Amino acid sequence: MSSRTVTCVVVGAGQAGLATSACLTERSIDHVVLERGEVAHSWRTERWDSLRLLTPNWMTRLPGGGYTGPDPDGYMTAVETARFLDRYRATIAAPVECGVSVQRITTSDEGRFEVETDAGVWRARSVVIATGACSDPHVPAVAEAFRPGTRHLTPIAYRNPDQIEPGRVLVVGASASGAQIADELARHGHDVTVAVGNHVRLPRTYRGMDIHWWMDRVGVLDERLHDVDDVERVRRTPSLQLVGSSERRSIDLNALSAAGVNVTGRLAHANDTHAQFSGSLANMLRSADLKMNRLLDQIDEFASATGLADEIGPDDRPGATEVPAAPLQLRLDDVGTVVWATGFRPRYPFLPDEWLDGRGRLVHDQGILPVPGAYVIGLPFLRRRASGFIDRVGLDAHELCDHLLSSTLASV
Amino acid sequence: MTITENTTDSVDNGVNVEALLGARAALTDAPAAAAFTWTADCSWVSGTHSRTTVAGFSGLGQQHERPATHTVDTDHPAVFAAEDNGMTPAEMVLAGLAGCLTAGVASVATNRGIQLRSVTATVEGDMDLQGILGIDSEVRNGFNDIRVRFDIDADATDEEIAGIVAQSQKRSAVYDAVTNPTSIVVES
Repeated sequence: MSSRTVTCVVVGAGQAGLATSACLTERSIDHVVLERGEVAHSWRTERWDSLRLLTPNWMTRLPGGGYTGPDPDGYMTAVETARFLDRYRATIAAPVECGVSVQRITTSDEGRFEVETDAGVWRARSVVIATGACSDPHVPAVAEAFRPGTRHLTPIAYRNPDQIEPGRVLVVGASASGAQIADELARHGHDVTVAVGNHVRLPRTYRGMDIHWWMDRVGVLDERLHDVDDVERVRRTPSLQLVGSSERRSIDLNALSAAGVNVTGRLAHANDTHAQFSGSLANMLRSADLKMNRLLDQIDEFASATGLADEIGPDDRPGATEVPAAPLQLRLDDVGTVVWATGFRPRYPFLPDEWLDGRGRLVHDQGILPVPGAYVIGLPFLRRRASGFIDRVGLDAHELCDHLLSSTLASV
Repeated sequence: MTITENTTDSVDNGVNVEALLGARAALTDAPAAAAFTWTADCSWVSGTHSRTTVAGFSGLGQQHERPATHTVDTDHPAVFAAEDNGMTPAEMVLAGLAGCLTAGVASVATNRGIQLRSVTATVEGDMDLQGILGIDSEVRNGFNDIRVRFDIDADATDEEIAGIVAQSQKRSAVYDAVTNPTSIVVES
């Protein structure tokens, strides 16, 4: 096996790894980006057919690149996103080695890193972990309790409604993935029940503008860690209940209910015959409405303070969530499929245990690991609220590469 | 945490938020100490009348004894041919829910720097007696629906008050115990 030396190894060639590469190149730091598959691997292989980005096309600004196509207000499909990132890689001439799996990262006594791959060893003074926040779909333990023969699908395995045999489907979770999949299945004639816990309701557009345009302008997306009460809680916030579609429709629970989806509480328990849901639905709905209205109030204040109020549409905020609550028990004998839209967890099987906390999460301070020279990028609220967005990961990349240059490389 | 001296100094709801936040920080670092066991002892008096006492509980890695024992009597009302020596056990559940949510309202309001003047809660629980009387096996024994109506006078907007009430539900032990199933083992 060959051994090569480089200043920095970036693991993962998605948007975070590529943005990091652009920032390293800008600082003349020699590096390599190691990618287990192709560029934007998970966008190619781990997204369902109809999935589109939640953010509009213009909102994909990356260091040295970004969307320049004819439809800035549209939403890219996963395939288009993969192509977009491919073009970005070419534009920034990122030194990506595709088809290289990182197997282990260790530190040497001299404070260097050894990155063992299935194609040889790389030695480096710095490593940047950019493997994404969605390595593993999280499936809660209650899944074990369903009767044998139940088909369990995660958003990574789900492709389209034709995959699902006729009969009732239980979708657990009502964030972006769960709401979109429940909506799509109901529109294709499936009898769908969605179990709803904590979620973030937002209208697709407000006063004529995309909700993300507003969040971009108002400054919400750029809030830093000191702007929020409890960073860990914000980092656990579920994805926005949105869908990217040409008609710019909202996909809140009112819409799902109108499409025929049965709405019930968080999945609490299951056995061979029944699933039992929490009685907390009313509070989940109320909490989501309150938070949505708080943001829309902030937008209204911004619009009037900046003189925008006369140029844009009138207040068209959606009404309260009012859905008939489905029963708290669901007979499982005709439920063939359960879709677990219950979030994702990053996974780092190639990292030393001492880099992780008791729950397998990377220990870091805004992306800077306690191990000098090691960084992570591309996690939700890593350094700002929108750290997990394609559009903002470049800002984190710039800051982390500045740190890498001034701290790691200057310390020798 | 962004609790400033000013916020907590200017608000007095009788809740020591610093202590709660300190406990939260300490228990985040020492999760084993967060394991509590609550204990209640119940003695049958006569008929449907029972008396339950609580004194000790364990938590923070040790056993705790209160300076005084708390006692509550439960019974059934006269319409059930009983002596009404106390609230029904089902009403105790409603009392527990109201007490827990109201404690949450006070804690959350203080944490958010909101002065409370009065808080009242009215709890209603609907029950179909055909369940416990064994008339219809399709009818459950417990509450079908519970409604809580808070009336809160505070230095806050309606939206802020709604936010406090929502958050108190998210952090309430009894709300969780009533809304979600719990495994129970009863031995004799």
